[in-house]
Amino acid sequence: MSQDHTPTGARRWLMSTNHKDIGTLYLILATFAAVVGGAMSWYIRLELMEPGIQYIDDFQLYNVLVTAHGFIMVFFVVMPAMIGGFGNWFIPMMIGAPDMAFPRLNNVSFWLLAAALVLLVVAALVDGGPGTGWTVYPPLSSAEFHPGMAVDFGILALHLAGASSVLGAANFITTIFNMRAPGMTLHRMPLFVWAILVTAFLLLLAIPVLAGALTMLLTDRNFGTSFFIVEGGGDPLLWQHLFWFFGHPEVYIIIIPAFGIISEIVSTFSRKPIFGYLGMAYAMASIGVVGFFVWAHHMYMTGLNVDTRAYFTAATLVIAVPTGIKIFSWLATMWGGSISFETPMLYAFGFIWLFVMGGVTGVTLANAGMDLAFHDTYFVVAHFHYVMAIAAILAMFAGFFYWIGKMSGYRYPEGLAKLQFWVFFVGVNVLFFPQHFLGMAGMPRRIPDYPDAYAGWNYVSSIGALITIAGTILFFYIVWRTFRDRVPCPANPWGVGATTLEWTVESPAPFHTFEDMPDINAKASVE
Amino acid sequence: MSSEAKTHPYHMVEPSIWPFTGAAAGMITAIGGIMFMHGASLWATVPGFAMILLTFYFWGRDIIAESNTTEAGTSVYHSPQVRNGLRMGMLLFIASEVMFFFAFFWAWFSNLIPAISKTAHEIWPPEGIVPLATWDLPFLNTLILLSSGATLTWAHHALNAGNRQSLKTGLLLTIFLGLLFTALQAYEYVHATFTIEDGIYGSAFYLATGFHGFHVIVGTIFLGVCYKRALSGDFTPDAHVGFQSAAWYWHFVDAVWVFLFISVYWYGSSGYEFPA
Repeated sequence: MSQDHTPTGARRWLMSTNHKDIGTLYLILATFAAVVGGAMSWYIRLELMEPGIQYIDDFQLYNVLVTAHGFIMVFFVVMPAMIGGFGNWFIPMMIGAPDMAFPRLNNVSFWLLAAALVLLVVAALVDGGPGTGWTVYPPLSSAEFHPGMAVDFGILALHLAGASSVLGAANFITTIFNMRAPGMTLHRMPLFVWAILVTAFLLLLAIPVLAGALTMLLTDRNFGTSFFIVEGGGDPLLWQHLFWFFGHPEVYIIIIPAFGIISEIVSTFSRKPIFGYLGMAYAMASIGVVGFFVWAHHMYMTGLNVDTRAYFTAATLVIAVPTGIKIFSWLATMWGGSISFETPMLYAFGFIWLFVMGGVTGVTLANAGMDLAFHDTYFVVAHFHYVMAIAAILAMFAGFFYWIGKMSGYRYPEGLAKLQFWVFFVGVNVLFFPQHFLGMAGMPRRIPDYPDAYAGWNYVSSIGALITIAGTILFFYIVWRTFRDRVPCPANPWGVGATTLEWTVESPAPFHTFEDMPDINAKASVE
Repeated sequence: MSSEAKTHPYHMVEPSIWPFTGAAAGMITAIGGIMFMHGASLWATVPGFAMILLTFYFWGRDIIAESNTTEAGTSVYHSPQVRNGLRMGMLLFIASEVMFFFAFFWAWFSNLIPAISKTAHEIWPPEGIVPLATWDLPFLNTLILLSSGATLTWAHHALNAGNRQSLKTGLLLTIFLGLLFTALQAYEYVHATFTIEDGIYGSAFYLATGFHGFHVIVGTIFLGVCYKRALSGDFTPDAHVGFQSAAWYWHFVDAVWVFLFISVYWYGSSGYEFPA
């Protein structure tokens, strides 16, 4: 039945049980959210272009913009694009499975996320919006300081997004464990599959802790409990512990899928198998495990005792070891390779540069002593935008250019795409590099104004934002050109380096792939 | 279906509207809930909840129908490989539930044990709180819930041995014990001397035990569905994923209770001198 025809209309797009269609829906949602969240950050940079108040004289609005930008980019851009979009499209194909394990669950994950996005937008529009930052710390987020419905809408938006993620995680883990083609052993899986597997475990175990904390916040606000209210014997620090116990794994949830995409691309365009395959896989796994035991490095300023800070400093620095393994293995994969510089590879280089930069400042910030000085300055803003936010965005662009031929059947215009890379790459670096200087000079984050002394680098940073916007517009032009020019893409546009299974089927990939299970034993080159 | 040349053991699911209605129900429930929290009547939450329940009903009905589509005694859609996946999915879901309760135990212990939290209370239960007598109703409830685990295991063994009558009796006993537990919990809530608004003790107590109670109710309904299916001849010794999932869920709820009893009802009350 289902194998013989492709459903149409609402049956195809509302009631989908097809991993490729649901992946496409995720990518569309992420693109839409990226425009919204990106526009917010652009407005923030416009305000910060010069000292004094330019456009945003309502400071609650400024806080709401910062908050919504963070939420949207994390929960509705990066996660849907990398896990929901590329994960859905390529995990079944890479392991030789016909679809995901639970196709209906897959669809409810998507629609729950769409519902969550609606609630989040409503949150920003009612009762002055949530001006809490994405960390939603009480007492700022309590009924006393945010009495309206805004924070409640935000909490329930995150509940729905969390349910979406947990169901998706169970789906990915089951798919990967239960549906690999004969011969596709765990130690032969492409690294992108490994990346999604580790990410799914992080989601499965971290998101419910956030759900618990959000529930406590909700009952504190509306049902008279005192989890985070000192007058009732509660403790605002409990929120921070619970939030960061989720929040730190969350940043790995964002970046580990990027590791997977970059590993595929570096191997493909170096025309070499990835260097140290097993080390790469287990580096991701160990980053995932250790990531659960470092959360309080976000809380050095809260009066943790010296022993605790020493532990969290040490544990955090341990993460540098597996991430170092990844960086060096990417470089070693390129070493002696027959490298070609198509756009995905340029983006992979860009990713490695940003990730190394952010990693270096990360090692700095991991030290409790340093962090006391840098906490809540633009140094932190620069750090996490380099290591996680922009690095993830570059990996998403890399994945887009790498796989768009397989997804749409059309080749993108290579020359324009290379230009787009350079514009975007220069833009984000001009945007965020000066923020290191601003942070070291003590400029606090989440404040719409600053002393004249910070004017110069802020101006440069905002110019960078303008260049980044130009790069973004160019990207949408390239998407339009790709679908207008309709240059057909062969099954494998990348040549001998592209060894994963998705390149063995035609482009665009047919509605159902691998009705006949591929036998990996016959195909020795997967690793 | 049998004419189709399918060479893999997986279940290609037909398009379904229930995921969409489920997500819409989630959104409508959220909006209704927020309206209720800000002054509207409790009725505001009804449409959303009704939609959620209907979605669960229809979606579950589809899955059961698929499971019961058999040919020559074996399920057409739920091959052994698919059943393996369904079991895995259930285990992963339970793992995520464990982490949900982890948050509430964290809240409990961080207020209770000064060794792990600077802001823990020196006196626990806080002054003025009269906790529930550990070896009274809470202990009885422990015995009831542990017994229900035993009756359920009996039903499971009976199912494996092909003894349909004991399967039904065991399930019915388990459901009865589950309802009894819920009723006693409700009695305990009504007669407790503290409320959810009585500071951190009431907050942590009622949210931890309340979410557990909610899970007991969900588990009871799940077992009720299994009972109805057992009556209509579903489940074989080889293939009974639905029963197994309900059983695993029930044992998980059981285990959470044991931790609640030890840490909330027993250790959490140990600082209080009950009058002799």
